[in-house]
Amino acid sequence: MAQNTDNILSPENVVYRKPKLMNDVQMHYCPGCSHGVVHKLVAEVIEEMGLEEKSVGVSPVGCAVFAYRYIDIDWQEAAHGRAPAVATAIKRLWPDRLVFTYQGDGDLACIGTAESVHALNRGENITIIFINNAIYGMTGGQMAPTTLVGQKTSTCPYGRQPELHGYPLKITEMAAMLEGTCYVTRQSVETVGAVSKAKKAIRKAFEASMAGKGSSLVEIVSTCNSGWKLTPSQANKWMTENMFKFYPKGDLKDTTGEK
Amino acid sequence: MHNRVQKKDGGLIGMAEQEVTLMKGNEAIARAAVRCGVDGYFGYPITPQSEIIETLALDKPWETTGMVVLQAESEVAAINMVYGAAGAGKRAFTSSSSPGVALMQEGISYLAGAELPGVFVNVQRGGPGLGTIQPSQSDYFQATRGGGNGDYHVIVLAPASVQEMADFVDLAFTLAFKYRNPAMILSDGVIGQMMEKVVLPPYKPRRTEEEIMEECPWATSGRRNSRQPNIITSLELKPEEMEKRNVHLQAKYEEIQKNEVRYETIQCDDAEYIIVAFGSAARIAQKAIETARAQGIKVGLFRPITLWPFPAGEIAGLAHGKKGVLVAEINAGQMVQDVRLAINGEEPVEYFGRLGGIVPEPDEIVNALKTKLM
Repeated sequence: MAQNTDNILSPENVVYRKPKLMNDVQMHYCPGCSHGVVHKLVAEVIEEMGLEEKSVGVSPVGCAVFAYRYIDIDWQEAAHGRAPAVATAIKRLWPDRLVFTYQGDGDLACIGTAESVHALNRGENITIIFINNAIYGMTGGQMAPTTLVGQKTSTCPYGRQPELHGYPLKITEMAAMLEGTCYVTRQSVETVGAVSKAKKAIRKAFEASMAGKGSSLVEIVSTCNSGWKLTPSQANKWMTENMFKFYPKGDLKDTTGEK
Repeated sequence: MHNRVQKKDGGLIGMAEQEVTLMKGNEAIARAAVRCGVDGYFGYPITPQSEIIETLALDKPWETTGMVVLQAESEVAAINMVYGAAGAGKRAFTSSSSPGVALMQEGISYLAGAELPGVFVNVQRGGPGLGTIQPSQSDYFQATRGGGNGDYHVIVLAPASVQEMADFVDLAFTLAFKYRNPAMILSDGVIGQMMEKVVLPPYKPRRTEEEIMEECPWATSGRRNSRQPNIITSLELKPEEMEKRNVHLQAKYEEIQKNEVRYETIQCDDAEYIIVAFGSAARIAQKAIETARAQGIKVGLFRPITLWPFPAGEIAGLAHGKKGVLVAEINAGQMVQDVRLAINGEEPVEYFGRLGGIVPEPDEIVNALKTKLM
């Protein structure tokens, strides 16, 4: 038995390990939430690029407000929506660092729309990791700018109606139209294959930031099973069936090879 | 473009051999910043202070000192850029005028909460709302009480000349970094727009990366040499911890109050009456004192230079035994409340001011002194 365990733990048999940059602390995220997976991917990419001593993350207001507890790099916690402005200054003043923001839909696409659009349009050499779960998770399930038409939340309990609440905002499509962006993509992390693609996207975005190619936006269509009031597996199914129709996955813009 | 005149006599103390230039207060702020080794400016145009960003844009310091100059999409973004820069250990500032500074209050509160040494300039105009583009001092309460949410203070310097606009840039950064606290220069449209002789500070290079690491071991610059990560935040959900953080802030404010009070007195030695005024109102009051003394009224001027920390003890000490104190300010009576708190009913304290962008004449102050206190 002991011999078998040793065998399992031998380096050549390791197919998965916790990234070194993930802190050994209990996460506050709900079971089934996408944040944990995306945090892990960010940590893995920073580690693989050897940038742990050159990275500054900017965390949002929202569920990821405590991102700084989980990934072992320098962080600044920004006011609600202001992360791209904060990141702009850090990157301009430490131009050889990796500077990225990690924001939810309310932070990025609602209260911080001006900061997001203008940072992206200026072509700041930063990456925005955008978690789109179509709901305000931290405050308890209110309508987000990305809440789908018909989707029920605590502030649209009868479902989002365009005539009452307006339409969901495709800010990633907007970002792809801006001259300043070099890489805009939409990914998800509900399957092994999707996780692998999302990781590649984050790596490409971080590389573009370090190479000074312009702004990158990596949207991760995500689950919020607590806010959606679904089990984790039901949430994955609901996301696949509903979110991907309105928020189709794939690269929306990639000029990283051109410059 | 600017008249460059060599100084001929010893009119300005300690400035012999230095180049005297004629410029606006706003230009002086910009030019002093480049010379003080400032790393970044982030701002949004608004009258009457747009010359700050315009001067920086014209002078292109990014080609000389490497200073970053960026026109932000709003005052909200600008102050948050200052937050990011200050959190990264850099010397960065923004500037605006009253309505824009109102927009910045969120970021200023975050700077105070996260204990970041950001600097900002308010070249005040009259309000409320969109108000007027003419000068005012009606943001005194906002400046001295914190301005945003929470129990906090920013260090407030009130220049009364173009020379002080230039001098207070480095002072604001020095104090901000000494205490890890936001600092502001509270000016107004008079001081921002008027042209005066000024001697700019000597060139000081921007700090090197090593110097920043040494001065700001808390800064987010990437956790080099496997140090513990630096986290800049004002968030703490546990009330016991948040109370501790607030107690720490209050202790720091007490320390600042103890060490950093600055003021000036003019002709107070034989004075029977004292005028208390700051910034442009102090310049007008200085003329009023000349007029009053020509009429045989013995009056002196007390000019608070730091509005927070406020020179309360110094005012009370000076006013002791005097016949009365007149607070002259270009607002509806804001600093007068601090003066009354300081004097605590021991001597009569009266207020005179003009509102809405009207700058008082010296004679109006003399008349107020006579009618209210004599």
